[in-house]
Amino acid sequence: MNRLRMQDMKILVASLVLFGILMALLGGGVLGAFWEFNLILLGINIIMSVSLNLINGYTGQFSLGHAGFMAIGAYMSAVLTTNFQVPFLGALIAGGLAAMLLGLLIGLPTLRLRGDYLAIATLGLGEIIRITIMNIQYVGGAAGFMGIPHKTTFTWVFFVMLFVLFFVKNFINSSHGRACIAVRENEIAAEAMGINTTKYKVMAFAIGAGFAGVAGGLFAHCFYIINPTSFTFMASFNYLIMVVLGGLGSITGSIAGAVVLTGVSAALADLPEFRMIIFSLVLILLMFYRPQGLFGYMEAADMKWIKRLKGGRK
Amino acid sequence: MELLRAQNVSKMFGGLKAVSDFDVYINKGELVGLIGPNGAGKTTAFNLLTGVYQPTTGSIDFDGKSLVGLKPYEITQRGIARTFQNIRLFSELSVIDNVKIAHHSHVKYGVMESVFRLGRYFNEEAEIEHEAIELLKIFKLDDKKDEIAKNLPYGAQRRLEIARALAAKPKLLLLDEPAAGMNPQETQELMQMIRWIREEFGLTVLLIEHDMSLVMGICERIYVLEYGSVIARGTPQEIKNDPEVIRAYLGGEAIN
Amino acid sequence: MEFTEQFVQQLINGISLGSIYALIALGYTMVYGIIKLINFAHGDIYMVGAYIGFFAISVAHLSIVPALIVSMVVTGILGMLVEKLAYKPLRNAPRISILITAIGVSFFLEYVSMYFVTPQPRTFPNVMESTAYQLGAFVINGQQLLIFVITCILMVLLTYIVQYTKVGKAMRAVSFDTETAQLMGIDANRIISVTFGIGSALAAAGGVLVGVYYNSIDPLMGIMPGLKAFVAAVLGGIGSIPGAMAGGVILGVIEALVSGFISSTFRDAAAFGILILVLLFKPSGLFGKNTREKV
Repeated sequence: MNRLRMQDMKILVASLVLFGILMALLGGGVLGAFWEFNLILLGINIIMSVSLNLINGYTGQFSLGHAGFMAIGAYMSAVLTTNFQVPFLGALIAGGLAAMLLGLLIGLPTLRLRGDYLAIATLGLGEIIRITIMNIQYVGGAAGFMGIPHKTTFTWVFFVMLFVLFFVKNFINSSHGRACIAVRENEIAAEAMGINTTKYKVMAFAIGAGFAGVAGGLFAHCFYIINPTSFTFMASFNYLIMVVLGGLGSITGSIAGAVVLTGVSAALADLPEFRMIIFSLVLILLMFYRPQGLFGYMEAADMKWIKRLKGGRK
Repeated sequence: MELLRAQNVSKMFGGLKAVSDFDVYINKGELVGLIGPNGAGKTTAFNLLTGVYQPTTGSIDFDGKSLVGLKPYEITQRGIARTFQNIRLFSELSVIDNVKIAHHSHVKYGVMESVFRLGRYFNEEAEIEHEAIELLKIFKLDDKKDEIAKNLPYGAQRRLEIARALAAKPKLLLLDEPAAGMNPQETQELMQMIRWIREEFGLTVLLIEHDMSLVMGICERIYVLEYGSVIARGTPQEIKNDPEVIRAYLGGEAIN
Repeated sequence: MEFTEQFVQQLINGISLGSIYALIALGYTMVYGIIKLINFAHGDIYMVGAYIGFFAISVAHLSIVPALIVSMVVTGILGMLVEKLAYKPLRNAPRISILITAIGVSFFLEYVSMYFVTPQPRTFPNVMESTAYQLGAFVINGQQLLIFVITCILMVLLTYIVQYTKVGKAMRAVSFDTETAQLMGIDANRIISVTFGIGSALAAAGGVLVGVYYNSIDPLMGIMPGLKAFVAAVLGGIGSIPGAMAGGVILGVIEALVSGFISSTFRDAAAFGILILVLLFKPSGLFGKNTREKV
């Protein structure tokens, strides 16, 4: 078995061990309901931040409307399970596909825009999605959609998250992933090297949107009711902070960013204003002193001290 | 055998005529130079040939087929690769990644295969790595393969740009001022390198240059541009003594 | 004819609303024109202006015009402070860094305000008679007239400053080509400060006028109008002052018409819809120009 497959196996095994430990802690009552809820939320946040990172970090397209895709997935999957008794996995996939489709439709025209303009266009689109949902009576409008079965468990979240992480990791480490990175680095040079930049921008956008939709589905089935206020651009900014904090262009970073943000949010849940003040200051200071975030472009495996731990093979 | 022919090409930006009556042909295997004073439209010509700009009038045919209307990446896939006047490397990426990226249009495995890491992925990745390293060896960059591109010395960055262009497996290589910022010794090495890769890879080369020693030293034919139009064409010897060229560049003295 | 009556009525409402958008949009457009930054915190500057006006009237018992002036001055200074502390150090950083910092400043202003004045909306004290003037079948109330008059005055003032004073000339020079302007002896930093100051003062005026008109202010009131004013600036051509004025009014009118004739829940979507259309079909806006990247 070659080196890359070995690496993948190692990561898989380590993840399963982690899962086992967490399940034991949860089942044994060491970690109570508060922890279970937050671990589920963390898993969802990791999916959101990694999928956003694919768009913003790896492909360099500044998207500020990620919560909109989450909303599509959330509502689509919720309607399917609640009104049509579709099995959970099917609903999740449908939600993801719906979001991906929208990502494609939105991506094609708007990805011609650059930088700031793309940012506000995606912000606007995220809002349009939310406002449109708010006006559809079938899904409850502004009052929200009720009656959603509680299907999301830690197990579900963990394994979907693992799938997403592997998907993105393998995508990035292929020629297609490199094409996306080339688009980020220097779009004109990438075109000159034979890369269809539009195709890859749209692809990253669609994949990111799709996973956000899946995360949305998981999110919806945590609660009895969902409403459009969970999917405003404030939510989009939340995910953006996770990605930027962790490091645009690093999967480990996105995980770390999600962990920090979810953790701080949970810890300061009683002091919402204080929490936001801290977030805003952290964000500003980060841009001043460490704009590349915690991990920059590197993954945990690239860090020198981990290499030393592994025994300095090369 | 003619590889590239641009006929009657012109490019207008609003009222400004950047290039006009651009008539150029290049035969397979030739090493042709494009020279002219600053602002003559040389890079614009490159941009027209590579699809960055669309010509306002005229035709551009490569290998018998028209290039007009194609996007830059499509033209690259047809077999034309280029370097840039102001280096456009993927600066935050490693040297070897820069080269691997140019290989992309020849990759056969799809997205799903890369995600699920099926057979073809491993084989092709190994091949890409191998070919990239071979290419870097030619340009004496293989020992720096994991270095971040922006940390390379200037001369090495320019070589990397050429290596990257070659990774795209072109038939025609466009070099935009490859010797810019190089000292005489580096320029000599570059000249030998260009001759060598032309032989080794069966390339046709069109280059823009200001360094006359390089142009006169390796180009078989030269086109001279001034204010967007071709004012002279011929062998280096002919160009050296062409009064129009002398006037355009120096206003009187012969080129030595 | 009921339709025309409704139409003109909404037109009047729209112009009032649009004037507010224009005042805020001017700040966005001037800042973008001069340092190419979308100041996400600008909507919150408008909010702070509203609150300062509120306190000037209810605590210091000033009447409307002095309160307006106080708010404009204080908020203008705040704007300059924000620029100096948060944006200036990042002048040479990549664009995404400064954009994210702007988002951070926006959150900061919102939540610090919330901490001090509580999230509860405050009622703006009545500063003028709620007289309604009848113009045939249409109604303009006193506040709408006030908004219109003050906005006109401010815009005329701004145009005068930009076109006929040295500072204005310097502003135009710096937004055209910062380096060359500096070579000509213009202190770009000072000019950028002044631009922020003026933009913030105008937004503050908008905030106070909104307080007077709608009677209610809260710490998050700047978010939506901020976004919409940005759309207005883009519509008019970002970087263009007449564009911001025109864009603001046009957006206000469209929003009023959508609200009146289609549905009030869709009014917010109207702004974003316009944004998308403009970005897709004419990104330079009504009065803006295209810039190309050199290859």
